[in-house]
Amino acid sequence: MINIFEVSETNQMITQENLDVRTITLGISLLDCITDDLKTLNENIYRKITAVAKDLVPTGMEIEREYGIPIVNKRISVTPIALVGGSACKSSEDFVTIARTLDAAAKEVGVNFLGGYSALVSKGMTKADEYLIRSIPQALAETERVCSSVNVGSTKCGIDMDAVRLLGEMILQTADLTKEQDSLGCAKLVVFCNAPDDNPFMAGAFHGVTEGDAVINVGVSGPGVVKHALEQVRGADFETLCETIKKTAFKVTRVGQLVAQEASRRLGIPFGIIDLSLAPTPAIGDSVADILCEIGLEHSGAPGTTAALALLNDQVKKGGVMASSYVGGLSGAFIPVSEDQGMIDAVQAGALTLEKLEAMTCVCSVGLDMIAIPGSTSASTISGIIADEMAIGMVNQKTTAVRIIPVIGKEVGDMVEFGGLLGYAPIMPVNSFSCEAFISRTGRIPAPIHSFKN
Amino acid sequence: MKKTIITVVGKDTVGIIAKVCTYLAENNVNILDISQTIVQGFFNMMMVTDATQSPKSSAQIAEELEKVGEEIGVSIRCQHEDIFNMMHRV
Repeated sequence: MINIFEVSETNQMITQENLDVRTITLGISLLDCITDDLKTLNENIYRKITAVAKDLVPTGMEIEREYGIPIVNKRISVTPIALVGGSACKSSEDFVTIARTLDAAAKEVGVNFLGGYSALVSKGMTKADEYLIRSIPQALAETERVCSSVNVGSTKCGIDMDAVRLLGEMILQTADLTKEQDSLGCAKLVVFCNAPDDNPFMAGAFHGVTEGDAVINVGVSGPGVVKHALEQVRGADFETLCETIKKTAFKVTRVGQLVAQEASRRLGIPFGIIDLSLAPTPAIGDSVADILCEIGLEHSGAPGTTAALALLNDQVKKGGVMASSYVGGLSGAFIPVSEDQGMIDAVQAGALTLEKLEAMTCVCSVGLDMIAIPGSTSASTISGIIADEMAIGMVNQKTTAVRIIPVIGKEVGDMVEFGGLLGYAPIMPVNSFSCEAFISRTGRIPAPIHSFKN
Repeated sequence: MKKTIITVVGKDTVGIIAKVCTYLAENNVNILDISQTIVQGFFNMMMVTDATQSPKSSAQIAEELEKVGEEIGVSIRCQHEDIFNMMHRV
């Protein structure tokens, strides 16, 4: 039987080390809503989401109370809307009506974010894809809870540079349309390479076309728990360090597995995957950067950061894989600058730059996430940053993403406040040399060779 | 039978167990096991209970026990045993 020390260990993780389940995300297929009449399409979408997800929030709260584990977010992901609206939408404005419907449905069922205002264009854009991408600025400015993502590249197909160029412009427009709120719209837009179909984390979640009708995906969190465990083994060798991370990751992930199974059983919806990412929040003691410091860095960004991060994330996966029956999603390190107090401190101390963050994405980080840059940055420079990040994902056969926020009216050194889980961030400097001529080229970057891997 | 684990953490004082047990008796919750220890100077008690015969839901019991805890200045948590089983047993 369980003993008192095990019980108090678990409860200490929950009450003092910020152990929580970051999100239960209900994926809903909207493929059966498709019709060529826009009004009917919107009605179908609203009806399906509110029917399938009606019990999501109460069930989440019930599990939370019964097991005494906080479940921070209950969310929904849907089929990429460019596919769903392709037949009915004849303009970008038509797509915006769907964004409003999604927002209304999200509010009706009480979820805080709904992802899937998305297009998958790794090889090329259909007319509908382009309408959707061009509608993103208005859709994000007019809605509160809708999140958007665009997959512009993959290891198998290469990178669609036309989409990359267009997204640079759309990100700036989104920033401009939401400039009253520190360009918050851009925090709800992710550009991906190799986007997974079952990611539960926002803003990049969508319900892939390879998925079933509805599915429960769960994202766990526990940077504070890992940090606390590592405090007990200060100065120990790498073997001890790795074993400690692995064991802790196992425990954290088991909680996610339990919540996922229970949610799936109570809602009568199949369990999809657990996402093994360590997700930070701006709360003190809930930081991935703090773990890197505990491993032995003065600040994240110092030499050794990439190696420490590679080690950390690999051990998290090794521990987590055995704890869960199905693993998927992003399962990488989240190092969103604005959402991690340790990262904010590192930027302010001058230890962490955009270039180092990019290097970290080569080993396991999911991408350049929640990075605030000057609002005066040109669209082509933003596209250049996206292209670099997509190339890393394409060549390394991993998911990479860019969620970057050009904050209109702010310059390097200013602070920007997004509020809540999105946190706050110092504006980071961007390399000021131009890539205009590179980005102006049309077409796509071919898929990389898959042999001769040296 | 699924068990409910009740934990009490706080400053040691007279009557903590009495208060908790009175509440459990009034609500028809059977106590299967009690263990107690002092961790870092704090009173730490764990009860393994069977709440299946109680007329109240586990959520309601958890809420009311939390209030009992507030009255005597300790923190009382009431959780389904599976969260501990999952985490500590392969």
